[in-house]
Amino acid sequence: MAELCGVIGIGQTRYAAKRGDLSLAGLVREAALRALEDSGLEWKDIDAVVLGKAPDMFEGVMMPEIYLADALGAVGKPILRVHTAGSVGGATAIVAASLVQGGIHERVLTVSFEKQSESNAMWALSLKQPFQVHANAGAGGYFAPHIREYIHRSKAPDNIGILVAYKDRLNALKNPYAHLQIPGVTLEQIEQSPMLWEPVRFLESCPSSDGACAMVLTDERNAAHSGRSVAWVRGTAMRSEPTMFAGRDEVNPRAGRDCARDLYAQAGITDPRRDFDMAEIYVPFSWFEPMWMENLGFAEEGTGWQMVESGATMLEGDMPVNCSGGVLSSNAIGASGMVRFAEAAMQVRGDAGEHQIDGARLALGHAYGGGSQFFSMWAVSSEKP
Amino acid sequence: MREVAVVSFAQSAARQERARNEVEILMPVVTQAVEESGIPRHEIGFTCSGSCDYLAGQAFSFVSAIDALGAWPPIAESHVEMDAAWALYEAWAKIQCGMADSALVFGFGKSSPGEIRDVLTLQLDPYYLAPLWPDTVSLAAIQARVLLESGKASERDLAEVAARSRRDAAANPSAHQRDPAGVDELLARDYLVSPLRVHDCAPISDGAAAVVLAAGDLARKVCDRPAWIRGIDHRIEPHALGLRDLATSPSTRLAAEKAGLGSVPPEVAELHAPFTSQELILREALSLDAGVRVNPSGGALGANVVMAAGLVRIGEAARSIRDGEASRALAHATSGPCLQQNLVCLLEAE
Repeated sequence: MAELCGVIGIGQTRYAAKRGDLSLAGLVREAALRALEDSGLEWKDIDAVVLGKAPDMFEGVMMPEIYLADALGAVGKPILRVHTAGSVGGATAIVAASLVQGGIHERVLTVSFEKQSESNAMWALSLKQPFQVHANAGAGGYFAPHIREYIHRSKAPDNIGILVAYKDRLNALKNPYAHLQIPGVTLEQIEQSPMLWEPVRFLESCPSSDGACAMVLTDERNAAHSGRSVAWVRGTAMRSEPTMFAGRDEVNPRAGRDCARDLYAQAGITDPRRDFDMAEIYVPFSWFEPMWMENLGFAEEGTGWQMVESGATMLEGDMPVNCSGGVLSSNAIGASGMVRFAEAAMQVRGDAGEHQIDGARLALGHAYGGGSQFFSMWAVSSEKP
Repeated sequence: MREVAVVSFAQSAARQERARNEVEILMPVVTQAVEESGIPRHEIGFTCSGSCDYLAGQAFSFVSAIDALGAWPPIAESHVEMDAAWALYEAWAKIQCGMADSALVFGFGKSSPGEIRDVLTLQLDPYYLAPLWPDTVSLAAIQARVLLESGKASERDLAEVAARSRRDAAANPSAHQRDPAGVDELLARDYLVSPLRVHDCAPISDGAAAVVLAAGDLARKVCDRPAWIRGIDHRIEPHALGLRDLATSPSTRLAAEKAGLGSVPPEVAELHAPFTSQELILREALSLDAGVRVNPSGGALGANVVMAAGLVRIGEAARSIRDGEASRALAHATSGPCLQQNLVCLLEAE
C-alpha cells in the first residue's frame, strides 16, 4: 500500500420516499456539500470524484455521471462511475480509497445516490430477459426463501425478525437523516403489520428512499493538515460469486465469508465480536441481521439469532449493529452501502450524535448485492494504522 | 508508481450478433485473453468490467458476466457502468495499491437490438436536454459543423479519415466495416445528418474485448514484450454543449498531459473516434502530426462495440508494442456526447 487513507468528511441527505424538492443534481450536491463542509475543503481542493449508484433504470438516466459531472464539481477532473448491484455504495468507497492508497490522488470525493421515486424499483428489478431465470417478485420475494431456509437450518424462534426490526426502528429515532421514523413503535405493531413475503412482514422490510451519501477521503499528510477527526481505513475487501449453481449456499454465501476473512487479515482482526466496537451491515429484511452475523464470523453457524435474542446487537449491547437504524430505516439503494461505510466512519470519529457508541474505536461497514453474491466491506478505526 | 503492463488482449469479431447473447459472446474472449496471458485464471488477483444496462434493457445486466468468468471460488471483482477502458483504470489503481499483481479487464455490449443513437440520448441532462430527444448522430453533426466552420477541416478531410479507416479495417479480421472506398466515391454519397455521411459514423457493432494486466516481474515472466502503461488519466468537460468549444477537446489534451505524453510523439495512436470529425479534433488536441500512424486497426469507424471500443483501443495499441511494430503508443477512449469525457493511456516497450 503506497499511502494510508482516511475519511475526513461525511455528508448525507435526509432520506425520504420522495425528495420532490431536489433534482438528481440537487440530491447529490446536498450530500457532497455537507461532506465538503465537514472536511473543511472546497470544490477546488478535490482531485477526483467517484460516483456510485445501482441500476440506471431506477431513474431512467443512462450513465448519469455524464450529466452530473458539473453538479459534482468534476469538470476538468477525473470522474469514475461504479455499479456493482446493491453492494455498490461500498464498492464505490473502496474504489475511491484505492485512488488515495495507490498514491494516484490526494483528495477524493466519493458520492453514492438513488432517487427511487423517479421510477419503480420493483419494475426495474423484474424485467424479463430471454434465457434467464425470472422471478417477477422484486427483492423481497427473491430473498424470502433464503430466510425460510435459514430458519429451517438454525431452528431460530419466529420472533427474531421482529426483534431486529424493533431494534432498528428504535435506533432510527436517534438518527435525524433516517427515512422511517415511527415514534412509539411497539413489537406488537411490527408483528401485526401485513405479511409481505413469508416470513417477512411490512415493518420488517426496508423502504424505497431517495437520498445520497458522500465522503471525502485523503492521505496521511492531508489528513494531518485538515485538523479534522479521521476515520482511518484499516482494510477493504470485495468478493463476487455466480448467482446460482448446484450446491451454492445462498444462506451463508462463501463470497461473504471469504470477503470477511480477507478484510480481517488486513486489519489484524482475529475475533470480530471482540475486536469490533460496532458494525453497520446491510440488512434490507430483518432476518438478514442474524444471517450476516454468522456469515461475518460474529457468531457460530446456526447461532446468529441468539445474538439478536440476547440483545447483544442493540445500541446498549456488547456488539451494537446498525445504530443508525440501518437499511431497514433508509434505503436509497445505490447509497445504502456507502451509508453503512460512512456510519462506521462516523462512529470512530465520535460524530454519530444520539446513536454514538461511546468510545468506538474500530467499526465495520458491510454491503451486499445481487442474489447475495456481491460483497464489499471495510474496517475503519480512530487510531492510525 | 508500480510498473503495470498489458500482457494479453482478445476481442470478438465485431458484427451484429443475432443468436448469441452477451455471455456467449464474452466467454470465448475472456478464455482467450486469460490463456494468452500465461497466468492461471485462479491466480488473477482482480477482475473489473465495463458494460451498460441500457444496451441490454435490463437492470444488473452485468451480473450474468459473472457466469462467463466462472467466478468460483469467489473472486475480487468490480464493475463500472462505463466503457471498459475505465474498468482498466480501476484495475490499474487496484494494482497500484498493491492489492493485486494482475487483473482481468473486459467490456461487452450488444447495441444492435435497440436504436443505439436514440438510446444514447438517455445519457443527456434529463430535465433540459433529453426531452428534446437529440440523438447522438445529430449532436455529432453539430460538432462536425462547428469544426468545418472553424476552418480547421473540410468535408474532404472527413472523407479521408473514413477512407483510411476502411482500408485499415479491411485488413483487421476483428473489424466490422470492411468495405474499402475512395475519397471521391465517399464524397459522392448522400448525407445522413449534414455534414455527416454514413461513412462518417461508426457502424453499429456487438461484441466483447478482454485485457490482462500484470505488474512488474510477473509481466516480464509471462510476456516477452509487455506493453507497459507509462501513464493513464481521464478528464471530463461540462455537460451542456453550449459551455464547450466543440471544435476542441481540452479534456483530451489535459488527460494526455497528466498521462505524460510530453513532447515525444507516439508511433501509433489508437483513437476512439466514433465520427470522422472527432478523429480530427482528437489529433489536434493530442498534437499528433502526419508522422503518427493513427488507428491502424481501422479504429471505431471499423468496429464500434459500445462499452468495449475504448478498451479495444488500449488492446490494439498494446498489441502494436507486443508485436514490435511500435515502441511507444497512445490509446484513447471517449464517453458522453461530443467527446465530453476522455481517457488517455500511454504505452511503451521495455
